[in-house]
Amino acid sequence: MILIKGLYKQFGQLEVLKGIDLNVEKGKVVVVIGPSGSGKTTMLRCLNVLETPTKGAISIEGQNLDFSKAVSKKNIAAFRRLTGMVFQSYNLFPHKTALENVMEGPIVVKKEGKEAARKKAQALLEKVGLGDKVDFYPAQLSGGQQQRVGIARALAMEPEVMLFDEPTSALDPELVGEVLKVMKDLAQEGMTMIVVTHEMRFAREAADEVIFMDQGVIVERDKPDEIFTNPKEERTRKFLNMIQ
Amino acid sequence: MYLNSIFADPERTAKLIDIAKSSLQPMLEGAIMNTIPLTILSFIFGLILAILTALARISNVKVFRMIARVYVSAIRGTPLLVQLFIIFYGLPNIGVTLDPFISAVIGFSLSVGAYASEVIRAAILSIPKGQWEAGYSIGMSYTQTLKRIILPQASKVSLPPLSNTFISLVKDTSLASLVLVTEMFRRAQEIAASNYEFLLVYSEAALLYWVICFFLSVIQGFMEKRLDRYAS
Ligand SMILES: Nc1ncnc2c1ncn2[C@@H]1O[C@H](COP(=O)(O)OP(=O)(O)OP(=O)(O)O)[C@@H](O)[C@H]1O
Ligand SMILES: [Mg+2]
Repeated sequence: MILIKGLYKQFGQLEVLKGIDLNVEKGKVVVVIGPSGSGKTTMLRCLNVLETPTKGAISIEGQNLDFSKAVSKKNIAAFRRLTGMVFQSYNLFPHKTALENVMEGPIVVKKEGKEAARKKAQALLEKVGLGDKVDFYPAQLSGGQQQRVGIARALAMEPEVMLFDEPTSALDPELVGEVLKVMKDLAQEGMTMIVVTHEMRFAREAADEVIFMDQGVIVERDKPDEIFTNPKEERTRKFLNMIQ
Repeated sequence: MYLNSIFADPERTAKLIDIAKSSLQPMLEGAIMNTIPLTILSFIFGLILAILTALARISNVKVFRMIARVYVSAIRGTPLLVQLFIIFYGLPNIGVTLDPFISAVIGFSLSVGAYASEVIRAAILSIPKGQWEAGYSIGMSYTQTLKRIILPQASKVSLPPLSNTFISLVKDTSLASLVLVTEMFRRAQEIAASNYEFLLVYSEAALLYWVICFFLSVIQGFMEKRLDRYAS
């Protein structure tokens, strides 16, 4: 269970998140849509504490971070391990092979043994369909393959929730499908996921709920069928008309 | 004239060859006992200092940034020879008397630290922010991310300029002769002072420096190839 309460984020004078309240039950898949600059990325980054919210509180599976008070680095590091982040631009470590990318977290952060970590990484890469690419460097992989390594790297930390920030928007169209398939499989296995994406098909097929964000607030949330065919808010309707 | 005198006079030719041969050993000795250790030690200490300085310069603690700035500015703004003189001839005035070799190591390390810190700082800043975030996102700390993700990539970027620093350092160590370190060039000075064959002996020293630097640049080439395994 993820609980976000009264989340605010300000960059200098610019208030980007203006009171986000959201709860996501375990095993649910939530797709976040909204116009550029509405704060989707910022919200995910707050969950991963890559940004420190100005105020508000987050709780994941019973662990809390309350940003109204000062939070220690140690608490942040512990909290980060609850979330796995998949970046739009993959951000793989270019000096490490696919396998090493996936092993890095378990070895360095979880202090797992090298052999155990290697086995797990191998299995994860097989799971994302890259069993034959384990020794390739990121530069030798296609965008879709790199992003799948990125997913495996995040999964290796065994997070409670996976966060995806437009995971396919940097990809050539023919490579989008292979990444979405991996994500759908994950959803099927019961992984809790928050996915920022404009892939409406993915939202329809895999999401339990779709959230529409605009100007730093959640405007509407509903089942995919409902929100796509019958949006309640004018702003949602306008946005959906624009992208369809 | 010089060449004429050599070829015209076989006896002198033989003498010069003799001097060249006999001065080779003390010069190589100076190189092996002092020039090379001085270079390597100063480079290692200098690099450590440079990394710390670079981190201080990009830290968000203002005092660290200030200290690093003043240090880099002071070292870059004063001649290396003057720095060496202050350490070796100056510090005894406040009761700190150092061995010539140690003074030289300190002087050269401080110098490498300042110059290389700029290289390393630029290299660290050239690594995309996403690399830090990827490290953090899998739960790594600042130090872990720095050590395992950022510095390995930054070292690839900074290898060519740092190799140049290293090669310059080899040549700069000749300044240590002026603070009484019996490195290669001081040996050359001693030999030349005894037989007055300045041109021959100093040219021989120059040749030795050239050979050393040539080998270093070959090694540099190898290392760059090795680090090129992954193209980013
Ligand atoms: N580090 C930052 N410093 C200053 N402003 C920022 C920073 N990060 C984001 N912003 C601003 O915050 C606003 C929201 O950005 P965010 O990236 O969260 O939007 P988004 O909904 O993800 O948009 P997009 O669909 O374009 O990715 C934008 O106006 C952006 O310029
Ligand atoms: Mg975004």
